[in-house]
Amino acid sequence: MDRAPVTGRNITKTIQLASASALALVGATFGTAAAAEDLTLCWAAWDPANALVELSKDFEEQSGHTMNFEFVPWPNFADRMLNELNSGGQLCDLMIGDSQWIGGGAENGHYVKLNDFFEASDISMDDFADAAVYAYSTWPKGTENYYALPAMGDANGWFYRKDWFTDPEIMAAFEAEHGRPLGEPQTQRELMEIAKFFQGREIDGQERYGVSIFTERGSEGITMGVTGALYAWGLEYENEPGSYDMVGAMNSPEAVEALEFYTELYECCTPPGYTNSYMGESLDAFKSGQVAMAMNWFAFFPGLYADPDIGGDKIDFFVNPPQNQEASTLGGQGISVVSYPDKQDAALEYIAWFAQPEVQKQWWALGGYAVHDAVLEDPAFEESQPFAGDFLQAMNAVQDFWQEPTYAELLLAMQERVHNYVVADQGTAQEALDALIEDWTEVFEDDGKL
Amino acid sequence: MSDTPIHRGADRAARATPARVARKVRGLSDRAIAWIFVAPTIFLLLAVNIFPLIWTIRLSFTNYRANRLNREPEWVGLRNYERILTDSDTWASMQATAHFLIWTIALQVLIGFALAWLINRQFKGSAFWTTIIVLPMMLSPAVVGNFWSFLYQPQIRLFNYVIAFLSGQDPSSFDILGSVNLAPWAIVIVDTWMWTPFVMLICLAGLRSIPDYLYEAAAVDRASPIRQFFTITVPMVLPFLMLAVLFRGIENFKMFDLVVQLTGGGPGNITTLTSIDLKREAFEKWRTGYASAYAIILFVTVFGLASIYVKALNKVRER
Repeated sequence: MDRAPVTGRNITKTIQLASASALALVGATFGTAAAAEDLTLCWAAWDPANALVELSKDFEEQSGHTMNFEFVPWPNFADRMLNELNSGGQLCDLMIGDSQWIGGGAENGHYVKLNDFFEASDISMDDFADAAVYAYSTWPKGTENYYALPAMGDANGWFYRKDWFTDPEIMAAFEAEHGRPLGEPQTQRELMEIAKFFQGREIDGQERYGVSIFTERGSEGITMGVTGALYAWGLEYENEPGSYDMVGAMNSPEAVEALEFYTELYECCTPPGYTNSYMGESLDAFKSGQVAMAMNWFAFFPGLYADPDIGGDKIDFFVNPPQNQEASTLGGQGISVVSYPDKQDAALEYIAWFAQPEVQKQWWALGGYAVHDAVLEDPAFEESQPFAGDFLQAMNAVQDFWQEPTYAELLLAMQERVHNYVVADQGTAQEALDALIEDWTEVFEDDGKL
Repeated sequence: MSDTPIHRGADRAARATPARVARKVRGLSDRAIAWIFVAPTIFLLLAVNIFPLIWTIRLSFTNYRANRLNREPEWVGLRNYERILTDSDTWASMQATAHFLIWTIALQVLIGFALAWLINRQFKGSAFWTTIIVLPMMLSPAVVGNFWSFLYQPQIRLFNYVIAFLSGQDPSSFDILGSVNLAPWAIVIVDTWMWTPFVMLICLAGLRSIPDYLYEAAAVDRASPIRQFFTITVPMVLPFLMLAVLFRGIENFKMFDLVVQLTGGGPGNITTLTSIDLKREAFEKWRTGYASAYAIILFVTVFGLASIYVKALNKVRER
């Protein structure tokens, strides 16, 4: 591990953070805070954020603090919030940042290290799903250095038009064509088969399409989509974890095959003009009845199920189908205390409140994806929502993108290389992955990791 | 002393000046007083223009990253410049910018001049049509970008239907924003739609500045309308046209908002202009040193080209 140099500034910061933790402990121990604070929580603008606003009213009542929220739409979320952190901004006391920010948050001193606070507040990371703790809280990965509390478990999953899949006429046509019944795909190849079947098919007098997948260029869309295929084919970023040795792993024959698969899926089975689509476009395509299947984050599933037009009996969900292995792209976020504002004691109080099992149960009930064992190990959990079982299955096999401090550069390089190949049809899959390794090698060299 | 309003004002100011200040000012030369008045402006210019430029030049020789404040930047010499100039992606974005620049300017000059020539005929309703024509340039680029992305959207198909009507192609057979071959033209079309009126207005000013007696004299000499056009109209309007080209060239070299709204630089990197590329390097990848070198290269390029062009423009005006 590369450690930040010991400087006067670092020592001062460490003392400040230790003091903040101690203050919060005093607050947590004696029940009430010294003074009511105005806290600001920063997150993306989406359905779960609204649920969190509701949930947080309980915290306001209990603590006397006032909660403000800064929600930024997803396409601008990373830009806006990373700028805020990098500039040492005072806006956010609490940050629900993407899992990939944890490395930068820790190494650049944006996030408060929470180990002492957890220990003194009796918050145990053993009470949360292992995959979530690993992904959302730790840096360096897998060590017991915690910079966030798992806040919102998430993975990329799929949903489909159950009413079409159970239509006798459509079912018969599929069986006649493929010699097997139409149902949830068990592999990525089956998914494409079904998508091809629906592509251009007329249902209820309208032309329909196979799937909506992520192809967005500007932020993280196409990377989050294509990794769903890459992980299912068995992708590893490095030959040895932590070695940054990527040749042969990142551009393995399996990775090439997966990338070619995703490109074929894009070419064969998406609606016209889906060259730059992400969460919003995927939801629109599904809600407007254009596509039979769509990929998106589990976070949207409660809203989809509740939709009066396409929800209820008309929709069902499935986990990312395996190919060589079971795997899903990780989404979700941890909640961190930002080190720059001076209200860290109140912010830590919020974390302590949020970690309580009862609050976590309420969080799940409101539509947030709690990953506390009190929620996940509840015998009634799998039946609590039609997608709850899929969520559990997905979270047991999630894989995440790099979480390095240079995450943004690594991500943009992949966005560029993959979009160039998949959407713009430039070069081959092998060339795209080879070039990506070159880009990443340069980034790691610049960062002193190689 | 003459009794003009200026002198009366000066007298009043002199009387109102406190004695201590007056004694001090009396000891200063006119040049020193002038410097006192000019100094704040010069200081401001240095602070907001020159200092950032010098600072950018300095950063361009380092590996500084604005998001890694706890890491000391290292001096890397010319490495950033070398990387930029040998990076095929940089040249691809330069090519995309050149394509955009050349075609938008060519189309805007041709169509703008033609429209100005028509409007200058002063037909009935010409004022109304002038107002209609200049409307696009009054809109925000973000609005125009959104508006056109809907028109281009192959499922809404408005643009596709128009092209299909004219060409007989199937409207669902092409996606202008998603096609590698068509996307560069999609941004050229929108920029031309938006900014041709600007060129038209400048050309119109040029056309209206031509004295009528030149045409009358040419008519007396039995010069044909085509001859009049090439020997009177074009030379007289040329300095105005060149000015319009300069304005549009500078504007389009730094084009960002419209293209981001329309294509986001895609598909792939096909419409990634240098300004978009630079923004990604500086504020998404946070390679501040590298982006500084990139900015300096672009600055020198634009400054060099503009200087050559202004010299040519001055020569044309002197003729």
